[in-house]
Amino acid sequence: MHTFTRAETVEYPEQQPYLAPRYRGRIVLTQDPDGDERCVACNLCAAACPPDCIALQQGTRDDGRWYPEFFRINFSRCIMCGLCEEACPTNAIQLIPDFEMCEYDRQNMVYEKEHLMIDGPGKYHDYNFYRVAGMQIEGKDKGEALNENPPVDTKSLLP
Amino acid sequence: MPTIYIDDEAYQVPEGDNVLQACLSAGIDLPYFCWHPEMGSVGACRQCALVQYRDAEDTRGRIVMGCMTPVADGARFSMSGGSAGEFRENVIESLMLNHPHDCPVCGEGGECHLQDMTVMVGHRNRRYRGKKNTHRNQDLGPLINHEMNRCITCYRCTRFYNDYAGGKDLSAQASHDHTYFGRQEDGTLESEFAGNLVEVCPTGVFTDKPLVNEYTRKWDMQSAPSVCVGCALGCNTLPGERYGKLKRIHNRFNDEVNGYFLCDRGRYGGSFVNDEQRALFPGLRQSNSTYNAIESIKAIQTLVDWCVPGNKLAAIGSPRTSLESNYLLQRLVGEENFSNGIAVHEAALIEQISGILQNGSVATPSMRKTESADVVLVLGEDVTNTAPRLALALRQSVRNLAKEMASDMKIPLWQDEAVRVLAQDQLSPMYIVAMSDTPLDDIAAQTLTLCPNDIARMGLAIAAQIDSSVPGTEGMLEGFDTETQKLITQISDSLKGAKSPLVVSGTGSQNAAVIEAASLIASALQTNGADGNDSMLSYCLPEANSLGVTLMRNEAQISLDDICQRAAEGNIETLIVAENDLYRRAAKEQIDTLLSKVKNLVVLDAIGTPTLSQSALALPAATFAETEGTLVSSEGRAQRHYPAFLPAEQRDSTWHWITQLGQALALPGFDELDHFDQITAACAAEFPALQQICEASPLADFRNKGLKIPRQTHRYSGRTAMRADISVHEPKQPQDDDTPLSFSMEGSNGSQPGALLPFVWSPGWNSNQSLHKFQSEAGGALAGGTAGVRVLDPANTGSTSKKTNLPVESKAKKDQWQLLPLYRIFGSEELSAHSPAIQELTKKPFIQLTPEDATKLKLSAGDGLTVNIANQDCVLEVQVNTTIPRGCAGYSVGLPGACWLPPATSVNLGKAEIRANSRGDDV
Ligand code: SF4
Ligand code: SF4
Ligand code: SF4
Ligand code: SF4
Ligand code: FES
Repeated sequence: MHTFTRAETVEYPEQQPYLAPRYRGRIVLTQDPDGDERCVACNLCAAACPPDCIALQQGTRDDGRWYPEFFRINFSRCIMCGLCEEACPTNAIQLIPDFEMCEYDRQNMVYEKEHLMIDGPGKYHDYNFYRVAGMQIEGKDKGEALNENPPVDTKSLLP
Repeated sequence: MPTIYIDDEAYQVPEGDNVLQACLSAGIDLPYFCWHPEMGSVGACRQCALVQYRDAEDTRGRIVMGCMTPVADGARFSMSGGSAGEFRENVIESLMLNHPHDCPVCGEGGECHLQDMTVMVGHRNRRYRGKKNTHRNQDLGPLINHEMNRCITCYRCTRFYNDYAGGKDLSAQASHDHTYFGRQEDGTLESEFAGNLVEVCPTGVFTDKPLVNEYTRKWDMQSAPSVCVGCALGCNTLPGERYGKLKRIHNRFNDEVNGYFLCDRGRYGGSFVNDEQRALFPGLRQSNSTYNAIESIKAIQTLVDWCVPGNKLAAIGSPRTSLESNYLLQRLVGEENFSNGIAVHEAALIEQISGILQNGSVATPSMRKTESADVVLVLGEDVTNTAPRLALALRQSVRNLAKEMASDMKIPLWQDEAVRVLAQDQLSPMYIVAMSDTPLDDIAAQTLTLCPNDIARMGLAIAAQIDSSVPGTEGMLEGFDTETQKLITQISDSLKGAKSPLVVSGTGSQNAAVIEAASLIASALQTNGADGNDSMLSYCLPEANSLGVTLMRNEAQISLDDICQRAAEGNIETLIVAENDLYRRAAKEQIDTLLSKVKNLVVLDAIGTPTLSQSALALPAATFAETEGTLVSSEGRAQRHYPAFLPAEQRDSTWHWITQLGQALALPGFDELDHFDQITAACAAEFPALQQICEASPLADFRNKGLKIPRQTHRYSGRTAMRADISVHEPKQPQDDDTPLSFSMEGSNGSQPGALLPFVWSPGWNSNQSLHKFQSEAGGALAGGTAGVRVLDPANTGSTSKKTNLPVESKAKKDQWQLLPLYRIFGSEELSAHSPAIQELTKKPFIQLTPEDATKLKLSAGDGLTVNIANQDCVLEVQVNTTIPRGCAGYSVGLPGACWLPPATSVNLGKAEIRANSRGDDV
């Protein structure tokens, strides 16, 4: 039967296969539409990760934003399941169609933040977590997030 | 026990409970917010709704609030019947209308009761499209983070802060959906118990500020059952670690000790563990006074050379470290060469107290039991500043009148608002006789400030009023003016009428007669008080193991002074000091001389101290969070703390350093000490008073359902990435042969003994509210049993302590001011004073003068004053305090920069050097 079906095998690497944008390959950390770091170090990706291969530490920037002081993925353990991307509430962590990351030395499979960060929003162009969240950061006062009223006046008893 | 029916299922429930509590005890997950087992019900949040039916025929029923409905025999309820489920979901939906989209950046996320309840009721989709209300946050100081948008107006915060802890500066403001919980203006929350808001608030409004600044989720913390080393009360704690750092300390429930709450010294005082100054390796002092880092093998060899037989050896232990460390050190050098390292006068006071507690007739209550006192007399102790959590317990004791009134009216005690409204501001009487004003004064019926000798005289006069046969008290009353005489009569009458009178005293006044007087009052009450009264006597002690090392004392041991003496005679070549800063134990001069006379000074410590920086060999010790140890609290409860994580590099437990040394020296018996349990057992065997310490917690071979108990939650993340920067090959998890706990997520955390509870978590209950799943009933003792074992019970041998000399009346002497030791919750304790958050709240060393004295000395508040104490110049900031007794001045003890204060010191302030208007800045 199979004799008559078209071969799916291609002459890799001369010939590159088509990989859909949602192909689950190498993981990147993206930026929000304003060009600032998206990851808020909430730790949800790390919690979702089945082989526990993500480790990070939260820090608070002077402008009030939470960010990862370090962010590490041990790709020698990663199973490219994409659960981290699904868990991420800010669309920061994304899997991209790139699987060419072989190394002779396993140690080189350990990616730190600087290896993971890209300049740009990746697959999700518009989402900016801090514009939705209520937490105040520099440049976004209380009441200035999406769907917010200005801060209440606690001295007033008017309805 | 009444039977109630929930969804036609019959449950036997405790009499007098409310339905919410009964449901939780029965394992039924009824969502709630505002009810708190310790603070009762107010029905504010409307979350705990269920349907109640009139009888079996009733099919409609009506919605009631579980927390406001008493259980009654035959009552019928339904969790899901009618619209109860929908009602509960709607409540959450309405709470969520204004809730910010914050979970990822919220310090509560992952242990948020609101998250749990939202999932529990099944609320998933936001339907409301309107705008959200927002609030401005306040800066509440270095301990607590404020994010008011996240509030669900359950009122738990103000109910804890104001009603339970007596705070004044937190309130509910504004109205309707604008309700705001905060202070009048930005500023540090004043209550010493403010940190509990972190655990009491079911949302992320109040979170732990130091934690939020370097945040780790609850599921990522490795934790172990521990005991606070901030004071002698022995509150149970849960330190949480990640990446080798202590991230936070949470309360560990113990129904007889700290219950649900800690003080802020305990909660925030632990981060000295993370001090970057802590050495990682042993250090050998070079001729130019710098230290060379050496391997621990080398350090042990050096020690062996210094400790060979024939070398004159002595050792000083410490009341801030475990029994085991002290015991081994004593065994290493021999008891005749060992001092427990407590200041000489203080050692005498603690021995006096331990004598009273062991041989007297009056039992010392657990902290929980002090809450049952109906009349309290505090004699010479500023409890809030020396034994903080006890002050919170005493605040509950004054509510016993209200509880009694409520019981008379058949109002259940969990009806919190009703009980409070009924009593208004009537309180059970508490009398405070202290050296200055204290933070408990606001609930005291009467307060009086006196100098220590007069406090003792007053105590004796009270004892004489209760029982005129108390020896040596004749004529005591007449020594006082009529007003004080009246007060003495009032106090003694009040105590005599009490069912559960409590006398609280301690080492704070540094006066043996005060301690004696307190004991005489308590025993006089036992014989001459109200019929069948349950007289109680509680002493506040200075340090976490003050009582433990005192119970370990035997005749052969020597005092700190003896050590100095021997050194002066050239009879100490090698001196080993374990976790003790000698400069906090005696005058600088004396210690300088001692250390200069010793050839080889070996200091083991976890923190940097002036003693450590003089050592010839410095050994890095592990802190309470990195090692196991048994401590005996002031109540006489032996409790074991366990390492939450392993010490970094070559830091090691003091007990392990000494075992290694003993083995290297081939000392008899040391080769049998391989495991921690063996050391505890050896210590118990040697000291009769400590016989029971092995029962403080299960031995290392204990298994829970055949498994070890995990220190990590089942969702501990990052295991294969945490160390991948160092090596991609993951090491085996560290084995723990000394305890039943494991350094991994494997094992079973459930019904094991309370002493082994490393964290609370239960499916669907990620927050600390999951505690009820570990309790015998919601709000009750831990199902596995209460942690710790009481080693002290009054023997009633009649022979209490040696009789102290009768105190003489103090007369103000010209140009002489008696310095009264005053303590501060933030700063007076050595270890917590190294924690950054505590440091922000620590005041400069001060001297408190009466306004008259200040005027006379031409001083005003804020001036700097150089006072010579024990031949050391000490720069103090002047504070003016109207409550300081005449002829006295208050002196801050233990604050960083303060000199050691010898007992009963008087100084001539007229001659002190004034640095006017320096506002103490050049201190
Ligand atoms: S893709 Fe899966 S295995 Fe890889 S980091 Fe994400 S969650 Fe972990
Ligand atoms: S309080 Fe709870 S529900 Fe609200 S943002 Fe924080 S974690 Fe989320
Ligand atoms: S701040 Fe917290 S405890 Fe206080 S009312 Fe709001 S949610 Fe409840
Ligand atoms: S009262 Fe004492 S033991 Fe309890 S938490 Fe505070 S400092 Fe620690
Ligand atoms: S818990 Fe019952 S109304 Fe809040």
